[in-house]
Amino acid sequence: MDLNQRTEIEERHGLTDEQLRAMFRNMLLQRQLDNRGFQLNRQGKVPFALGSEGHEALQAGAAMAFNRGRDILAPYYRDLGLCLGIGLSPYEIMLSIFARAPDHNGGRQFPNHYSSKAAGLMSFSSILAAHLPHAVGAAYAMKYRGESGRAVLATCGDGTTSEGEWHESMNFVAIHKLPFVMLVENNEWAISTPLDKQMAEPQIWKRAAGYGMPGKRFNGFDPIETYAVVKEAMDRARGGGGPTLIEGTCYRYLAHSTDDNDMTYRTREVVTERRKQDPVPAFEALLVEHGVLTAQDVDELRKSVLQETNEATDAAEAQPYPSAADLYTNLYEGAWQPWQS
Amino acid sequence: MAVVSANSTVMNNVEAVRATLYEALRNDERTLILGEDVGARGNVFLITKDFVGEFGERRIIDTPIAEASIVGIAVGMAMEGLRPIAEIQFADFIYPSFNQIVGEAAKIRYRSNGEYTCPLVIRTPYGGGVRGALSHSVSVEALFYHVPGLKIVAPAFPADVKGLLNTAIDDPDPVLFLEHKKTYRLIKGEVPNGHYTIPLGKANVLKEGAQLTVVSYGLYVHWALDAARQLQEDGLSVEVIDLRSIRPMDKTTILESVRKTRKLLIVHEDNKFGGIGAEISAMVAEEALFDLDAPIRRLCGPDVPAMGYALPLEEEFMSSPGAMAQAMREMVKF
Repeated sequence: MDLNQRTEIEERHGLTDEQLRAMFRNMLLQRQLDNRGFQLNRQGKVPFALGSEGHEALQAGAAMAFNRGRDILAPYYRDLGLCLGIGLSPYEIMLSIFARAPDHNGGRQFPNHYSSKAAGLMSFSSILAAHLPHAVGAAYAMKYRGESGRAVLATCGDGTTSEGEWHESMNFVAIHKLPFVMLVENNEWAISTPLDKQMAEPQIWKRAAGYGMPGKRFNGFDPIETYAVVKEAMDRARGGGGPTLIEGTCYRYLAHSTDDNDMTYRTREVVTERRKQDPVPAFEALLVEHGVLTAQDVDELRKSVLQETNEATDAAEAQPYPSAADLYTNLYEGAWQPWQS
Repeated sequence: MAVVSANSTVMNNVEAVRATLYEALRNDERTLILGEDVGARGNVFLITKDFVGEFGERRIIDTPIAEASIVGIAVGMAMEGLRPIAEIQFADFIYPSFNQIVGEAAKIRYRSNGEYTCPLVIRTPYGGGVRGALSHSVSVEALFYHVPGLKIVAPAFPADVKGLLNTAIDDPDPVLFLEHKKTYRLIKGEVPNGHYTIPLGKANVLKEGAQLTVVSYGLYVHWALDAARQLQEDGLSVEVIDLRSIRPMDKTTILESVRKTRKLLIVHEDNKFGGIGAEISAMVAEEALFDLDAPIRRLCGPDVPAMGYALPLEEEFMSSPGAMAQAMREMVKF
């Protein structure tokens, strides 16, 4: 569905104007923070940044279907918008980018590898699909304790669906009918490897049938459709109906990271062409057209997002690095030496 | 199991593992077991026999044949407040779960700066001498003892199995619990009744001696003890130390012994090159070189992938009480 072709918000799926505005603001904030990370890298202030541009609508919509304080999110490293949407602040994002001491990970992990027990955001590494069994274990714990009304939202990119642990996780959640939703963010690229070199059947959602669970594909450039699909799947999981595989289509507009040059494997023209579908201006146009936002509202939102990003940047940058002594803490509970004396 | 006194029961190692797991499941609703064939089959060594009937399929989980996710799912359970005990059916099958153990479980606490923890036990039978061939006989401890964030236990006696497994289950961090499968039914011993724990990182001096220190763990502890007793009949005095815990390892007990006997022999079934003995040798060389009267010696597995199925191949790989006695004799007389 091309949002630019859409003449009305045919189905709001119960979303209020306030929620629609919140989703749009999340999208603006994602893009601003993404750009800030890349700027800081080019300024030599941070060694690395990684963006989610093109995933904004998908993540803003999915996050709106997440119940804070109840659900658990097991994301991957291209999930800035989801993490913002479930409650992380721009300041927390910037602490991660700057690797400062108050960061949840104490500056140990790469940027974008967020973790927050308070927010229900499970710690994850850069090893793709390794987080999915963890998400499965969390879903098992929910079901084991009889905590109905809760579910785990696990995400990954298209590339990760090639990993063995992706399969193992899908198989297990289906066997045990766990409260689990597998959200694949299909942006067509696994760093430099295009979809047709990753899989012969590009419609990932179709694998659901093989696991004995429902599957669905949706337009990840449409935050409202995304919300509806993710909510349906999460509600099914929360109500004891078992897992769902959902696949949102989107596109990765930026290189994989600040260390990648995507012009070595795709052309500027292709990216420019895909930019015409950019979900951020498309959603803006839709909301303005339907009076959910005025042009002035949009201006003010942009200003407030920029200000919030600037404040978060300055506040995080002003924090100290972890100290050298912090290298040795939190390995085990208590003091530790491999040799006991 | 025979009750020999009011205070203890004679068990073999299988029975000790089973009794300890049973107690843990009874005492803590957060504890559950997951692995291949742990349900109706009761595990291939009958360690979880009848558990599923008593504790139900929710707590005794027959998993698909997928070792990476057996460990990975247990990691997720542990991160979310359960106390899972994952089983890898044979240590040889642990390789598919290597990343989940080394890259994930060992780093959960560290990478989240303490926000998340991973109180997880991974049990697995290891070791040879049972005609297990290339894929049912390996020792895996050296692959994991290099890894900060893990703890590794390898008990030899039923009483230690119980005390150390209780400690592992209570531990707030991931513990790899290695059970030598040849000792499962071969080794019997008195096990104290009731709940008790043995701290990790405390070796056990099984036999005191004056002329040589022998350090080992697992099956070879029993053979080293046999060999040391043979030498005793000839008036040679050998001290035998059972490490019990490989990471952390007990430096004090090793050094005190070596400084007394002034000679060190390390015996283990795992490959010599890069094995546990290499680390012990390096530590003793760093800390007590000038207390030694002889070069440190290691009697360990050969540098081949594993023992073959054919009996001569297995026998060639494995040491023996006789070979250990010979090495001890040479060391004492050096």
